[in-house]
Amino acid sequence: MGRTLAEKVWDAHVVRRADNEPDLLYIDLHLVHEVTSPQAFEALRLAGRPVRRPDLTIATEDHNVPTTDTLAPIADPISRAQVEALRRNCADFGVRLHPMNDPGQGIVHIVGPQLGLTQPGMTIVCGDSHTATHGAFGALAFGIGTSQVEHVLATQTLPQRRPKTMAINVEGALPAGVTAKDLILAIIAQIGTGGGQGYVVEYRGEAIRALSMEGRMTVCNMSIEAGARAGLIAPDETTFEFLRGRPHAPTGADWDAAVAYWRTLATDEDAVFDREVSIDATALTPFATWGTNPGQGAPLGSSVPDPASIADPNARAAAERALAYMGLAPGTPLRDVTVDTVFIGSCTNGRLSDLRAAAEILRGRKVADGVRVLVVPGSMQVKAEAEAEGLDEVFRGAGAEWRSAGCSMCLGMNPDTLRPGERSASTSNRNFEGRQGQGGRTHLVSPEVAAATAVTGRLTAPADL
Amino acid sequence: MEAFTTHTGRAVPLRRSDVDTDQIIPSDWLKRIERTGFGAGLFSEWRADPSFVLNDPRYAGASILVAGPDFGTGSSREHAVWALQDYGFRAVISPRIADIFRGNALGNGLLPVVLPAETVETLMAAAEADPATEITIDLGAREVRGAGVVAAFEIDDFTRWRLMEGLDDVGLTLRHADGIAAFERNRPSWLPRVLTP
Ligand code: SF4
Repeated sequence: MGRTLAEKVWDAHVVRRADNEPDLLYIDLHLVHEVTSPQAFEALRLAGRPVRRPDLTIATEDHNVPTTDTLAPIADPISRAQVEALRRNCADFGVRLHPMNDPGQGIVHIVGPQLGLTQPGMTIVCGDSHTATHGAFGALAFGIGTSQVEHVLATQTLPQRRPKTMAINVEGALPAGVTAKDLILAIIAQIGTGGGQGYVVEYRGEAIRALSMEGRMTVCNMSIEAGARAGLIAPDETTFEFLRGRPHAPTGADWDAAVAYWRTLATDEDAVFDREVSIDATALTPFATWGTNPGQGAPLGSSVPDPASIADPNARAAAERALAYMGLAPGTPLRDVTVDTVFIGSCTNGRLSDLRAAAEILRGRKVADGVRVLVVPGSMQVKAEAEAEGLDEVFRGAGAEWRSAGCSMCLGMNPDTLRPGERSASTSNRNFEGRQGQGGRTHLVSPEVAAATAVTGRLTAPADL
Repeated sequence: MEAFTTHTGRAVPLRRSDVDTDQIIPSDWLKRIERTGFGAGLFSEWRADPSFVLNDPRYAGASILVAGPDFGTGSSREHAVWALQDYGFRAVISPRIADIFRGNALGNGLLPVVLPAETVETLMAAAEADPATEITIDLGAREVRGAGVVAAFEIDDFTRWRLMEGLDDVGLTLRHADGIAAFERNRPSWLPRVLTP
């Protein structure tokens, strides 16, 4: 019987297989950041163990870093201590680090692909649940906890149980004006926050093939919001073109050998998935969340649902709680929801193409009175490229704030937070209670919807302008 | 890691679904570089509400958390597990537990127990009706007993053995160092390498 893409990548990385034990998987790339690594390095130190493969490990500072005044010391002493711990650990263990203000610094999931370190067929882990982003290249990439970070640092392997496989077949083409973000939000709303649990998801179909690498990364990024630890997409010409010429991409004969291998990774015709789901791309429209988990979303043209109409008692109770937290009444048209803040950035939508799309909408327009708009590039390289194109001028000219690279208001570990009761339209990936600041209310949207919302102060699709 | 064999304790009924890791331990707490002391941050935003179940003195000292489905969704933060353990929990029972949380829990000896929704409901209702209700989790027998319930749960032999012995994964894996080195010799040469400092 044929194998799926995920199974092929898995099988190629099994160091050891024994009955009734998890497989021991080799890890090709380990991405490290300041938040989930200090306790792991400390454990190595206590055990007197080295980092086995510093050359397969790379670190960046992203979660805590301020996005203004980046040349000054970090004001929050606890954030500063965590960043300093990473610097000390990387120096002690010989790990390459891209610190603040380094041209290579950025959100860990933006840095890997931009360097060409993320390649098809690899196994990639990071102490961060959005590691699935790298699955866009046909890599098996998943988030791990701190004990596993320690395990990978010490052994470059991870004991893992073979997951089940799920295909999400996106049939037909996305209509004009509908983005990768709308697609993944719609997928999560359909299958639910637990729908992908225990599975590795492969996104397939015409609409997926048509996506750029950036769009594919947006889709794979939010696999975890559907409960799946990993999501991937078969590599194709789009993938190869993206990689060609990147700093860590193979060259010459190595490139040919690599591409020949990458072409073998696609799921075989006769492979069987444990579960298949179909999504009709042609029916999709711009999307927004109304609740406090990423599955609580709806088309922007619809209204806040009435919990009373939800049959499942758990889902109904969750919707009631969500509406109370969000300060929303059932039946309110989503287009009538006003926001205080717009956040454009994060590992979901902080790439150059996202900023271009947002800038296109803001060009020659003004941000609505009283609305704060933060534009935070996902990496220093994205920032430099955007500035070379003059996008910073477009954002500033419209009345938005142009910031330095980092996670920023995606999770508010740095000073960029919502105040209690404030409402945002955000291009990030989580609308959990308090995610963007205690008491903050988050509506997840695409960069296009975020930009249009900035102009009107209400949840708005570009076509409404 | 503390070994887990059989544990008997009282249960806290957390009647909510989709309890995500941002709720279990808010991101403010992630700035710490220590591994201890997270109990004070457990559910800290919800604990600001006096009616929140953890603020009910009748549940003080309870060591088993019974929660709705999709417990532990969201981020990979192992701090969520450390916070639950530091607060005094030894096990979490839910109809569905998120993958990364489950892996983190198993890595630290916090037992994640998945039971059918009706069984969880029975345990939750019993703990709500009588906070003195005791539940026993018998890892050797793969069984939860209490509140009139005897329910089997699934856990594979290897993981069960590792938990019952209190063994950590790194030590187990390093027994296979030769196999890892052999695998490394066969990796394609074009795979990327980071320039180390
Ligand atoms: S941008 Fe947000 S989701 Fe992405 S790594 Fe940073 S905090 Fe996590």
